[in-house]
Amino acid sequence: MTLPASAMKPAPFKYIAATSLAHALALKAQHGDDAKFLAGGQSLIPAMNFRLARPAVLIDINAIEGLAGVRSHAGAVGIGPLTRYRALQRDEALTKLYPLIGEALPHIAHPQIRNRGTIGGNLSHADPASELPAIALALRGRFRVQAAKRERWVEAKDFFAGALTTDLQPDEMLVELELPSPKPRTGSCFMEIARRRGDFAIAGVAAMVTLDERDACAEVRLALCGVDETPVDASSAADGLIGQNLSEQALSEQAIREVAACLQKMIAPAGNVHATADYQRHVAGVLAERALSTACQRVQDGR
Amino acid sequence: MDADRHEITVSVNGIDYTRHIESRLLLSDFLRHDLGLAGTHVGCEHGVCGACTVLLDGQPVRSCLMLAVQAKGHEISTVEGLAGKDSAYHPLQQAMHDHHGLQCGYCTPGILMTMTAFLDENASPSEDEIREALSGNLCRCTGYQNIVDAVMTAAMRMRG
Repeated sequence: MTLPASAMKPAPFKYIAATSLAHALALKAQHGDDAKFLAGGQSLIPAMNFRLARPAVLIDINAIEGLAGVRSHAGAVGIGPLTRYRALQRDEALTKLYPLIGEALPHIAHPQIRNRGTIGGNLSHADPASELPAIALALRGRFRVQAAKRERWVEAKDFFAGALTTDLQPDEMLVELELPSPKPRTGSCFMEIARRRGDFAIAGVAAMVTLDERDACAEVRLALCGVDETPVDASSAADGLIGQNLSEQALSEQAIREVAACLQKMIAPAGNVHATADYQRHVAGVLAERALSTACQRVQDGR
Repeated sequence: MDADRHEITVSVNGIDYTRHIESRLLLSDFLRHDLGLAGTHVGCEHGVCGACTVLLDGQPVRSCLMLAVQAKGHEISTVEGLAGKDSAYHPLQQAMHDHHGLQCGYCTPGILMTMTAFLDENASPSEDEIREALSGNLCRCTGYQNIVDAVMTAAMRMRG
């Protein structure tokens, strides 16, 4: 016997399996905010099970060919929105090129979720605690966004508008995450603290350090997740390190502590049942020190 | 709104089933109620506990986070399909029995589906790798140690 309607978790909706990107975008243009794209469903279906989300129309994009996969362009890599976390984890060339992605993926939920969850769904959902938005910010990624009759590019820094809110318009879909090739002589590190493995981040920090040909620090990038409504670019906290020579020794503990102290002033964590705002700020500072030290060490070790 | 219904054919443990279902029916409820395969358990029904884990085309997924209509044309494997034709336990089932890897048994089907797929990919796992692979399945009885022991033993036996 099928389950009685009264026992079904999600509210009723019309389900349409889109057969092409054009089909999906035409449906979204027609239904606008009443419709949701269904990719991996690992955030949307739980929200629907709680009836926090009640879309009238679900546009399933899972059968659309060409939306998943990693492609190399000149000087950049494009990641399709239907690429699942697990596929990225298994892509050794990609995780070697962008170690931040390889280090962040194991923090994203659990194996079963990573088998199903997608890059496009993650970024479009824009959970403040999510790792990939911060990684996209640190890597200076940009997003190709498409509607039925137009296309545009959005920089990562302009994409995330607030908690669970992006720059995407009601008729648009994120169709590609483009990451520029990392600069030579760059070391990077991602670290996160969560209550349990796979839980939402209390704080997470991505750090990248680039040296010039004279071993002076040319660029530092710092991006955080879990400590504000959107991922935070705190790179300017490390402005004082630019030009410092790292060939002789690692950055002094004092210099790194000053960066962390500056970074702590740039975030506004909300606090939650697991951690007060002060504790989140403390953890962000500690992780920033550790991630920055590790990134410095790695660039000097040539990793 | 009139119920939005679709006809689907899904292969479950090698048998094709065709059913006319409402689009909002979760895969977990489809397996349990429409097909009578109640070995797939539902705990939290929002993707936290792992009790409802099944294999979708060989990969472990949460069946409570997928619509049954999305399984159209795919292959699903559930705990009912684990034992051999002569009802002999899968080596992991036997090892769970030998090591007391379950008490109430509620989480067990999800753990079996997660860890049999894991052992297919990693025949010689370390204890740390097993714990990482188990991280998406909650068990409130065992404290996990006996489950980890069972997976280690099953891996050893399956290597022969």
